Amino acid sequence: MTTGGSKGFLAEVTGLSASYGGPVVLEDVGFRVEAGLRIGVLGPNGSGKSTLFRVLLGELPPLNGEVSVRARCGVVPQTERARLDYPVSALDVALMGTLSRIPWWRRPGRAERLRALDALEAVGLRELANEQFGELSGGQRQRVLIARALVQDARLLLLDEPFSGLDKPSSRRLSSLLINLAAEGRGMLISTHDIEQARGWDLVLCLNRRQIAFGKPAQTLTRSVIEATYGGEIIVVKGDDSGPVSAILPPHHHDDES
Amino acid sequence: MMMSPELLLLTGGVGSRFWQVLFEPWTQGIMQHALTEVALLGLVGGALGCWIVLYELSYSAESLAHALFPGLVIAALSGLPLMLGAGLGITVAAVAIALFGQVPGIGRDTAVAVIVSTLFGLGVVLALSPASPPGLQGLLFGDILGVSDLDLILAMGLVAVTLISLRLLHPQLLTVGFDRSTARSIGGNPRRADVALLVLLALATLVAVQGLGSLLVVAVLVGPAATARLLARRLTPMMVVATLLSFLAGIGGLYLSYYAGIAAGASVAGAIVALYLIVLGGSKIRGLDRRRNPLRANPRLPETVRTLPPVDAP
Repeated sequence: MTTGGSKGFLAEVTGLSASYGGPVVLEDVGFRVEAGLRIGVLGPNGSGKSTLFRVLLGELPPLNGEVSVRARCGVVPQTERARLDYPVSALDVALMGTLSRIPWWRRPGRAERLRALDALEAVGLRELANEQFGELSGGQRQRVLIARALVQDARLLLLDEPFSGLDKPSSRRLSSLLINLAAEGRGMLISTHDIEQARGWDLVLCLNRRQIAFGKPAQTLTRSVIEATYGGEIIVVKGDDSGPVSAILPPHHHDDES
Repeated sequence: MMMSPELLLLTGGVGSRFWQVLFEPWTQGIMQHALTEVALLGLVGGALGCWIVLYELSYSAESLAHALFPGLVIAALSGLPLMLGAGLGITVAAVAIALFGQVPGIGRDTAVAVIVSTLFGLGVVLALSPASPPGLQGLLFGDILGVSDLDLILAMGLVAVTLISLRLLHPQLLTVGFDRSTARSIGGNPRRADVALLVLLALATLVAVQGLGSLLVVAVLVGPAATARLLARRLTPMMVVATLLSFLAGIGGLYLSYYAGIAAGASVAGAIVALYLIVLGGSKIRGLDRRRNPLRANPRLPETVRTLPPVDAP
């Protein structure tokens, strides 16, 4: 499954720590993203997932450590951040991916449009190219933003909680799209809150202001790792019709250091 | 079928009266100038106005227009070209806002409000001084009927610069406006987009302030685009609609001014606001209609239907 060796990696991080000028918000991070792998990034809010993405994008210089990104990075943001009343079509949004590829004084031409339409085709939205972006469903918007990253020719995709707020069919469709993208040799970092979903991916990276664990889900997502990641205690509660559900109790506040 | 000579004469009379009413205003040099000015305002209001509305810069537009007032008054008092005074006024205002906005503990909004009222007040004091020449109300409310050939030529130059810049900046502005937080990762530059837009806003204000004055200039920079936003769902159509609405309001305002004897700038601004209210009313009624008919209210429905498997699939 992995491309093996040290040649095939898209990004490598060793001994990374980061801060926004104040206290250190993320430390001891070290992992490698290889082509064709889906890596789930787990952690509570404020655990450093977004910080890590910003460092990989080069927007935030690391405080310490080495960051080597060999592939073009594409961000797939949460769609609520984009303005839904903005007067653009799905095609317009996909075309934004050409911005860094053509000189600033040129407008996207025929070749770029074809490229954007191909990307929309790849995410299954060719038919809706001319629909208003804001009127698409959450899952469709997410896929348009993936198409934008494909137009950028990003081989490393950073997806910010792409599954949040999606219904089951949309979620399934997005999952299979991510499998296709991995098969094309793209690497993905997918931030998520859904531990069960992350078990289906190739690797998981658990963060809680520092790296808790990194590895294959089956070996990595142990009870103690999950508890350390979420800073709480796992309990199993009775689920409704789909069996018992694990839940994490909020952390005890005996570690109120700063 | 033959018409009676009386009827023919009557309809011919009504017809020629109609054409006379329609064309008479434009036989005069003043009105031709005004028409050209209105067309120039329409081009700027249509194209740049859309970005001002989408970037939520309406307050900045209004602030700049008010804060340049002392520049206009000083130009009028010393006999300099108004556009020069306006340019000076806008520069002082921009620098003052930039500096005052940095002072800790004062919000940006507050800084803008303080600077704008200070400068505007200063302008009024100057304007009401005994030395001030008559006709200063033209600086406040504009004087579309008083634009000179030189004013028009300068305005044409500024309009050309504005339109060419907007054309070049289009992909940048579109990307940054869509999602500021990730714009950088796909090659956008939010700061550059903001600065470019503010410079163009200042240029456009210089063009429009001649015709509409310090108080009404914001109408043409914001009104048509805000109206077009209610009508168009894509950016290019929005710009075309905004420009056409701007022309329409400009020409309508000039007719109103000519025949009803109302100040031209105020008539144009009034027509812009009237168009906005009409379209807003129309879109509210259409919105109610959509709510009653959920099929029309759900634009996603066709796709859902399209992606359903065939009914008789295994």
